[in-house]
Amino acid sequence: MDMSLLDLACNIATGIAFATGSFFLLVGAFGIVRLPDFWSRLHAAGVIDTAGAEIILIGMMFQTGWDIATLKLILIAFLLFITSPTATHAVSNAAFVAGLRPQDLKKDETEQTLSDVPTAAIPYRSMLPESEPAAPSKSSSGEGSA
Amino acid sequence: MLRCIQQDAGTEMVKAISLTIALIALWLTLSGHFTPFLLAMGLASVLFTVYLAARMRLLDDEAVPVQLRPALVLYWVWLAVEIFKASVAVCRVILAREMKLSQQLIRVPWNQSTEMGRTIFANSITLTPGTITVETGKDAFLVHALTEDFTGADGFEEMGGKVTEVEVRHR
Repeated sequence: MDMSLLDLACNIATGIAFATGSFFLLVGAFGIVRLPDFWSRLHAAGVIDTAGAEIILIGMMFQTGWDIATLKLILIAFLLFITSPTATHAVSNAAFVAGLRPQDLKKDETEQTLSDVPTAAIPYRSMLPESEPAAPSKSSSGEGSA
Repeated sequence: MLRCIQQDAGTEMVKAISLTIALIALWLTLSGHFTPFLLAMGLASVLFTVYLAARMRLLDDEAVPVQLRPALVLYWVWLAVEIFKASVAVCRVILAREMKLSQQLIRVPWNQSTEMGRTIFANSITLTPGTITVETGKDAFLVHALTEDFTGADGFEEMGGKVTEVEVRHR
C-alpha cells in the first residue's frame, strides 16, 4: 500500500516535470524561429539547454528509484550545468569578436567596460590609428550639430 | 594565462587525495560492477591518472577546486530557482503578441578575488536565461541582456555576493 502510493507520487512528479520541461523546450524552439537576430536567439537556446533539459532529467530521476542510474543522471545533469553556459559564452564571444552586434541596441556600455583593456577584441578599435575609440563618434556628432 | 604553480606540498597532497576519491567515485558510478578484477583495474587506472596529473602539475585550484566551500551546493539550489524564474520571464517575452525586445550590452562589476570565483559568477550569469556574459574587462563583465527586465543591478549584486561567499574556504 505504502509502496504503491510512493510509486504513484513518483509517476505524478515525473508527469509534471516532463510537461514543464516539454513546455520550455517547445517555447525555446518557437523562440529560435521567432526572435529577430543572433543575440536574442541565444537566449531562446538558453531556455532549452538549461531549464528544458534539466527539468526533463529531474523527471527521469523520479523513475529510476534510488540506484546507480540515478547517480548517472545526476552526473549528466551536472555536466550539462557546467558545459552549456561555457558553450553559450564561446559562441557569443566569437560573435562579439567577429563584430556582430545586436539589432536595435538600446543601451551599450561596451566602452565603459572594456576601454581600459587594450587586448579586448573590439572590432572597430583596430580600424583606428590611435587607441581612442570615443574620438570618431564625438567628431561625427560635432559635425552633425554644426 | 599561466597557471599559478606555487603551492606548498601539503596543499598538493590534499588535492591529490581529493582527486583520487573523486575519480574512484566516478569509476564506481559509471561502471556499476563490483567484481574484484574490475575494482582492481579501476584502482590502477585511477592511481595512474592521479600520478600523471601530479607530474603535469595539474593539481591546482583550477583542476581540483577543493578550496570552494561546500555551501556551493546550496548556491546551486538558489541558482536553480533563479534559472526557473528567468526561464518563465524569457518565455513571456517569446510568447507575447508584440515582442518587447530592448537588447542591451551592460556592465556588471565583479568583486571576486579568485579566478574560479569569477568563472562561477560569469557562468551563473550565462546559465540564467535572458543574460549572457560576452567579454570580461579589468573589473567588470560585459553582459548581453534580452530586455531591460533582466538588467537589475540588485540581482547581479546578490548573485555576485553569494559567489564571493562560497569561492574560498578560509580567508
